[in-house]
Amino acid sequence: MAGRVAGKVAFITGAARGQGRSHAIRLAEEGADIIAVDICRDYGTVPYPMATPDDLAETVKTVEALDRRIVATQADVRDSGALKAAVDDGVAQLGRLDIVSANAGICTVQPWDEVTPAVWQDTLDTNLTGVWNTMVVSVPHLIAAGGGSIICTSSTAGIKGLPYLAPYVAAKHGVVGIARTMANELASHKIRVNTVHPTGVDTPMGTGLGGLEALIGRDPNLGPIYMNTLPVEIVDPRDISNAVLFLASDEARYVTGLEFTVDAGNTIR
Amino acid sequence: MAGRVAGKVAFITGAARGQGRSHAIRLAAEGADIIAVDLCGQVGTVPYPMSTPEDLAETVKEVEALDRRIVATQADVRDFGAVKAALDEGVAQLGRLDIVSANAGIFSFGTLAEMDETTWQDMIDVNLTGVWHAVKAAIPHLRAAGGGSIILTSSTAGLKAIPNTGHYNSAKHGVVGLMRTLAQELAPDMIRVNSVHPTAVDTDMIQNSATYELFASDLPVAERTRDALAPRFGMLNLLPIPWVEAVDISNAVLWLASDESRYVTGVTLPIDAGLLIK
Repeated sequence: MAGRVAGKVAFITGAARGQGRSHAIRLAEEGADIIAVDICRDYGTVPYPMATPDDLAETVKTVEALDRRIVATQADVRDSGALKAAVDDGVAQLGRLDIVSANAGICTVQPWDEVTPAVWQDTLDTNLTGVWNTMVVSVPHLIAAGGGSIICTSSTAGIKGLPYLAPYVAAKHGVVGIARTMANELASHKIRVNTVHPTGVDTPMGTGLGGLEALIGRDPNLGPIYMNTLPVEIVDPRDISNAVLFLASDEARYVTGLEFTVDAGNTIR
Repeated sequence: MAGRVAGKVAFITGAARGQGRSHAIRLAAEGADIIAVDLCGQVGTVPYPMSTPEDLAETVKEVEALDRRIVATQADVRDFGAVKAALDEGVAQLGRLDIVSANAGIFSFGTLAEMDETTWQDMIDVNLTGVWHAVKAAIPHLRAAGGGSIILTSSTAGLKAIPNTGHYNSAKHGVVGLMRTLAQELAPDMIRVNSVHPTAVDTDMIQNSATYELFASDLPVAERTRDALAPRFGMLNLLPIPWVEAVDISNAVLWLASDESRYVTGVTLPIDAGLLIK
């Protein structure tokens, strides 16, 4: 039986581990070849360890074990030149581009008055400008393919003002703005643009947000903002990948401009 | 390969034709058994012919051709007792309930200033109260199964109004309120509730002379053809298409019904070719 994205090629940023790796594996399971990038380097402003070259190698190994092809490059989404070189090389090797998952992101926890200019800038550069750069380098290839599907990873923080995550919230709201605009500008090319909005996900980033509970303890009135409606505290990367797969596949051929929450009901409480 | 909803049972209202039949076939193709209801009769204020018993029999035939079981009953979603009896009988025969597609709906039109009260009331009774009836009848069975997925069929008109269909807009907006409340009330039982919001779908509900009149009253009747109407429907959408196919809604229903969306609840999912963000 043909996979749900058989014959397609997907470009995924932040693919060394976490949600990005999960997307690569899920799409490969359903027949896609993968173009993967990840910075594979720590940030001075991010307290948890970022992905490593070994993590990216593990993504490559897992995709290849599924008998799919993968072109993986260490590249920083803040560097549009490096990003363009990586995707151009991937398309040259794999022949086309159909799916874009703009997934790379960072997150730090601090009250507003401890947001340093460097944290602000790194978060906006990675989580917002990085998404923009990913689109800019990808869209010509999607147009050449006659259409495609772009999935931007936002967050419940792209819908609600989650406390102690100000730069992250600003960037993730901004992603929605980019996606809506690009959905309009690219519709005539049959390119669909949607966002996914996870609640907390069990990844190194999702579990690396130390300090949040202590900050909420200072103002317990804010605690319920982080609570889900369904009786689950955290979801698996694969739950987000299943939404990405749906949006990437032709089953969603007329779905565009959607803010797709995979949030256990977090945003409807 | 096991289907994406293998071993599950789905209850679908308005299943005789159109989107409801398409949902039944799509879910059956992925392994679900089906409990189907449809009025198979006319509502007086609806200006196009509604489904027939033969239509429902065709749905039964197509599901059975996929080697799935189906229990089909003529029942009116406005009649809670009839809906409950049909569903209880289906569950008795098929053993459980996991998925609800509250899909039955009607369409009519007129300005709110001039609409007669029966037209208003029929719309609210079928498209809003009928949805609540289907869900209310299903909740005990979903709880017994340990969870489930409820998909309510709203419309782009459930999130954005267009003129001349105020009663339809009101009912479909009401479905969103129903969905959001149910999502909260049923979450502790691991029952998920979401709504789908199609743009115009290529079914008998839009491909009829009455709906053509709404979209092309300036044209002589003889010129109100499918081809002539396509660009007018297409103007509503962002993607360059006039309407979507029933299977496009079914694919969204399938995803929401399957365990792939196990943590998705409270979503208003448009299958609208971008209509809502224009």
